[in-house]
Amino acid sequence: MKTNFLLLHTITRIVTFIILSFSIFLFFAGHNNPGGGFIGGLMTAAALLLLYISFDMKTIKVVLPFDYSKIIAVGLLIAIGTGLNSLFHGDAFLTQYFDYFDVPVLGEIELTTALPFDLGVYLVVVAVALLTIITIAEDDA
Amino acid sequence: MTSLHYLVLAPFITALIVPFLYKWFRKVHTGWFVLILPITLFVYLLQYLPVGGERLEPLQLEVPWVPSLGINFTIYLDGLSLLFALLITGIGALVVLYSIYYIANKKDEPLNNFYVYLLMFMGAMLGVVLSDNLIVIYVFWELTSLASSLLIAYWFHKEKSRYGAQKSMLITVTGGFSMLAGFSLLYVMTNSFSIRVIVDHAGEIVNSPLFIPAMLLILLGAFTKSAQFPFHIWLPDAMEAPTPVSAYLHSATMVKAGIYLVARLTPVFGGTAQWFWIITAFGLVTLTWGSVSAVRQKDLKAILAYSTISQLGLIMSLLGMGSAALHYDIADEYKIYSIAVMAAVFHLINHATFKGALFMAVGIVDHETGTRDIRKLGGLMSLMPVTFTISLIGLASMAGLPPFNGFLSKEMFFAGVLEISSLEIFNVRTLGLLLPVIAWLASIFTFVYCAIMLFKTFLGKHQPEKLEKKAHEAPVGMLISPIILVSLVVIIGLFPNILAYTVIEPAMQSILPNLSGTDPFYVNIYHWHGFNTELFMTIGVVLFGVLIYKNLSRWQQTAFFLKERDPLNAVYDSGLDGLVAGSQRVTNMQMTGLLRDYFMFMIVFMVALLGWAFIRFDALAFDFVNVAEISPYLWIITFVLIAAVISIPFIGHRITAIVAVGVVGFLIALLFVVLRAPDLALTQLLVETVMVVLFLLCFYHLPELRKEKFTPRFKITNLIISIGVGVIVTLTAFSAHAMRHGKASWVESISQYFIENSKPLAGGYNMVNVILVDFRGFDTMLEIVVLGIAALGVVTLIKLRMKGGEDV
Repeated sequence: MKTNFLLLHTITRIVTFIILSFSIFLFFAGHNNPGGGFIGGLMTAAALLLLYISFDMKTIKVVLPFDYSKIIAVGLLIAIGTGLNSLFHGDAFLTQYFDYFDVPVLGEIELTTALPFDLGVYLVVVAVALLTIITIAEDDA
Repeated sequence: MTSLHYLVLAPFITALIVPFLYKWFRKVHTGWFVLILPITLFVYLLQYLPVGGERLEPLQLEVPWVPSLGINFTIYLDGLSLLFALLITGIGALVVLYSIYYIANKKDEPLNNFYVYLLMFMGAMLGVVLSDNLIVIYVFWELTSLASSLLIAYWFHKEKSRYGAQKSMLITVTGGFSMLAGFSLLYVMTNSFSIRVIVDHAGEIVNSPLFIPAMLLILLGAFTKSAQFPFHIWLPDAMEAPTPVSAYLHSATMVKAGIYLVARLTPVFGGTAQWFWIITAFGLVTLTWGSVSAVRQKDLKAILAYSTISQLGLIMSLLGMGSAALHYDIADEYKIYSIAVMAAVFHLINHATFKGALFMAVGIVDHETGTRDIRKLGGLMSLMPVTFTISLIGLASMAGLPPFNGFLSKEMFFAGVLEISSLEIFNVRTLGLLLPVIAWLASIFTFVYCAIMLFKTFLGKHQPEKLEKKAHEAPVGMLISPIILVSLVVIIGLFPNILAYTVIEPAMQSILPNLSGTDPFYVNIYHWHGFNTELFMTIGVVLFGVLIYKNLSRWQQTAFFLKERDPLNAVYDSGLDGLVAGSQRVTNMQMTGLLRDYFMFMIVFMVALLGWAFIRFDALAFDFVNVAEISPYLWIITFVLIAAVISIPFIGHRITAIVAVGVVGFLIALLFVVLRAPDLALTQLLVETVMVVLFLLCFYHLPELRKEKFTPRFKITNLIISIGVGVIVTLTAFSAHAMRHGKASWVESISQYFIENSKPLAGGYNMVNVILVDFRGFDTMLEIVVLGIAALGVVTLIKLRMKGGEDV
């Protein structure tokens, strides 16, 4: 008998977007409110995990064709890159800079090099959580 | 670098060339090339001998080696070192000549090894006797041990060779290490490694509390090297070496390194009662034990080995007695006691000559008949007349018969013992009477084993059926060296005074330096003293010796004579086995292979260490001054938390346990909420969720939890340990809190800085995040590296599994 997961699938479709949006909010909010790369990353991983749990593996692989081990590398490179950037400016490794800019629509916003660093953290956390769990789940030996 | 430095290094340099000579000139025996070196060195050294009544002025030549540590390769040439250097090079030349005929130039005989080791030994020995710096002496000293072991195990395919090499190595290196410790103590006392400087400070050393330890440690080194009782057991087993090696190392040179050291340091330690008694007592015990044991041996080389032990004991005891001379400051009286030192030096030379000759003679017998067992030998006198003559002279000299040199040194020995027994220092009175008796008894046994060697080998019935080869006289080349040595025995015996002024007197000056300052020693050795006690003692030795030998067949049936091995070997063997077995037992007890036990060791150690620190530093403190209010929420969360934690060990089902752990995790997240840490709470919640998913994924594949049966004792032990950990960690936390807020409130928190600067310096209001990415960004960077490595590790473990039969 084939079980029908209609309810689950429908809710997952909606909920995943809500969680993903929330995770992105957490990621950007990090500098001034609770949140940040680590939490945002975990939240994104949780959303994607929900997808993996609800749907079968093949479908998700088509939808999310990422090689997570490469994402780990990319995340690490971004984090180290921000550190090297400050070296080129003649400061100590990983010195972060910030400034305020006037953007036409959004008004005054603050831009900081801590954000790309946090992005690196975010990517690594997402990739690590998913890579670990998927690898273990796929293992049928 | 002076010519004397090169003299010490020359054997090492030659040793480098020997393998090439061996390879390129296969037709010529390598020994011929080697022979040139000791002869050259001997002739070179002869020029330093004082001739024509002048005194030998000590030479001191310094070459820096490690100047910052006070270690210099300093050559010090005085009478004593010259005597030893002449012995080493002279007998070295004879031994090399002998070995050319003894070890045939065959394909399967690794001659290059032999001569490299021998040259290494020669250089090391020259280094020991010519160096002034204690550390340099130690370096060369260990080199002699090493070379000796290599030479003993020259025929390494024989098990007994390897056993003997290991034994000699263990014993002499043990002594060497203790000697190094003694040298270090000398350095502590005088701030110098130079023997000259130390001798100048001798007066202060005697009053130092380190005097006795330093003396004992150095003597341990000297006694092990010189095969003194009870460390003599390696020497008989070292007889597995080729005979030239036994003749060179184990009779003439290496075993005298300890003697040299004692003589060299007599100016430092001598003149004290401890030095006098320890050396005299050990020497006399060794003398007696060696001579008594030699009588029981059936192997010619074993007899000679025990005889060497006994003679070394004799020299050692003489040096001990002679040190009494240093006790006197007044010029006249000491001369009576310095006769013992004179006897020691004289016997040292004599022993090297006759023992070398005897070893070579035994080697010839072994070489030409194929056996060294005295039960198989006999009647060789007519077959090997030259060897017989050599043995006769050597043995007669060893037994102390006139007109050979052994007689003179034995007479001097008796004279020395008699003088000492009438000495009025060091409480000699009562015990002193024992000395002549012991010496006399040992001399009787010496006479007996000399008689056994001579009569059992060369007289009696010839038994050709027991021999492997047809016995005949050795080739001329093999006979040259022993003939030279026995000629020396006769010459020194007949004209002892040719050595007196050139060799013995300068050597005595080195041993007793502060006495020779005013006027030189008057050394005059002559045969006829008149009818005195010494002569009667010698006559007694001969009479009783003959008596015992005549009744030997009756004695030989007793258990004492049948037991060949030294009883002390049992101590060594069982000690070594016990050491191995004991360490294995300790290892097995400790290295159980159970992870549980290792955890227990670590945790118990941690608890004990912290507990000890509490007591030792009086660090246990409680201080509830700055404690915050506990809200009702906190009480509730804490109680539920405790309940959840306690329930976990009692849960029998794995998934339930995971859920319980999850409960703990979520409660901690709640705790963070209450304690106002939103970032932590969020992270904790998410991590806990992901972890539970992971756990469920993994544990789905695992079998059901097994119900393990543990003994109550095991459970109680575990309970006690875990309670101990909990208690100690809690106490540590309390004490740390009390330290921070109580008496040691100088610990300022740095949080104020972050509170003030997170916005102005980093542009963020979320202080936790600012610390993570800005103030302490480096930590975060490495943490994500850790995460990445962990994930890749999981992938590697699961994806890259090896197929069956594949290997790394």
